[in-house]
Amino acid sequence: MNIVSMISVAIIPCTILLILVVGSVKKLPTYELFVEGGKEGVSMAVSLLPYLVGMIVSISIFRSSGALDAAIGLIQPVLSFLSIPGEIAPLALTRPISGTAALAITADLLKIYGPDSFIGRLASTMQGSTDTTFYIITVYFGAVGIRKMGDALKVGLLADIIGIITSIIIVTIVFS
Amino acid sequence: MVHLIWAGMAVIGIIYALFNGTIDQVNEAIFNSAAEAVNLSIGLISILVFWLGLMRIAEKAGILKSLSAVFKPLITRLFPDIPKDHPAMGYILSNFIANLFGLGNAATPMGIKAMKEMKELSGSEKASRSMITFLVINTSSLTLVPTTIIAIRMQYKSAFPTEIVGTTVIATLITTTAAIIIDRIFYLRRVSNR
Repeated sequence: MNIVSMISVAIIPCTILLILVVGSVKKLPTYELFVEGGKEGVSMAVSLLPYLVGMIVSISIFRSSGALDAAIGLIQPVLSFLSIPGEIAPLALTRPISGTAALAITADLLKIYGPDSFIGRLASTMQGSTDTTFYIITVYFGAVGIRKMGDALKVGLLADIIGIITSIIIVTIVFS
Repeated sequence: MVHLIWAGMAVIGIIYALFNGTIDQVNEAIFNSAAEAVNLSIGLISILVFWLGLMRIAEKAGILKSLSAVFKPLITRLFPDIPKDHPAMGYILSNFIANLFGLGNAATPMGIKAMKEMKELSGSEKASRSMITFLVINTSSLTLVPTTIIAIRMQYKSAFPTEIVGTTVIATLITTTAAIIIDRIFYLRRVSNR
C-alpha cells in the first residue's frame, strides 16, 4: 500500500510541473495569471471565515458540554453494528446537509484526535470523497425550476452512505 | 436545515452543560474556538491562493480543455439522452473537470448552465434522466486534489498533509462508480414500472 502514499505525495508537485511547463511552452504570462487566480483564493478564504466561526463555536459548545459524547453513546449500538467509529458519526450525519458544517467538524476532529490519527485520516478522506447532496440538489434544481426531483435525492443519499462506508474500508486497509 | 443544526448544537450543548456542571468548559470553549476558527480560515489562504493561481494558468494554457476532450467519450456514454455535440455536454464536461481540480466556484455556474440546457432538451418540470445522473455524479463528489482538507491538515501540523490524497481518490472512484450503477438501477426500475 506504499504506492498509494507515494502517489499521494507526488501528485501535487507533478501537477504543478505539468501546468508550468505547458504554460511556459505556450508563452503565457504565467506569473501574472497566477497572481490573478490567487486573488480569488484570498476572497474565498475570507468569505469562508464567518461560516467557520459560527459552526466551529456551535460544535465546540456541543462537544465541551459533554452532550456530543452522550449523543454518540446513545447511537453507539447502531454505529458498532455498521462498524462506524463513534467519533466520526457527527461528520457522517452532517456531510450530506451542510458543506461548511462538515468542514468545521472535520477541523474539530483533526484538532482533537490529530491529523495523522486513524480518525484524522478517516475524517480527511470522508470529507473529500462525498459531497453536500442536499445543497447540490437545491441549487441545481432550484436554479432551473425543477419541481419533481425524481429519484435524485434517494440515489444521492445512497451514494453518501456508500462513500462513508468506502472511506472507512479504504483508510483501514491503506493505513494499518 | 443548516440553521437547525447550528442553533440546535449550541442550544442543546448549553442546556446540557447547565444540568451537568460543565458550563465552565463551555464558556471557555466559546472564546477559544472562535479565535481558532479565525486562525483556521486565515491558514486556508495559503493553499487556496496557490492552487487557484495555478489553476488559472492551467485554464489559460488549455489544459482543462484538453482534459475534457479525453473524458468526452466516457461521459457521452453516461448521458445517452443528450446528443454528442449539444452544448449541454460541453457544460457537463467543464463542470466535472472543474470539480476534479477543486474549483467549486467555477463548477457551480457550469453546472447550472448544464441543467438549463438539459431542461430545454426535456421541456418539462420533472427531472429528466440525464439531470438525475448529472446530480448524482456531483453529489458523490469528484475530487482529485482535496485542497481545503490538505490546508486544514497543515494547520494542525500533520507530518504528511497530502497522504490522504490517494485514499480520497480511491474512495471517490468507488463512490462515483457505485452512484452511477445505483442511478442506472433506479432508471431501469422507472422504465419497467411505466
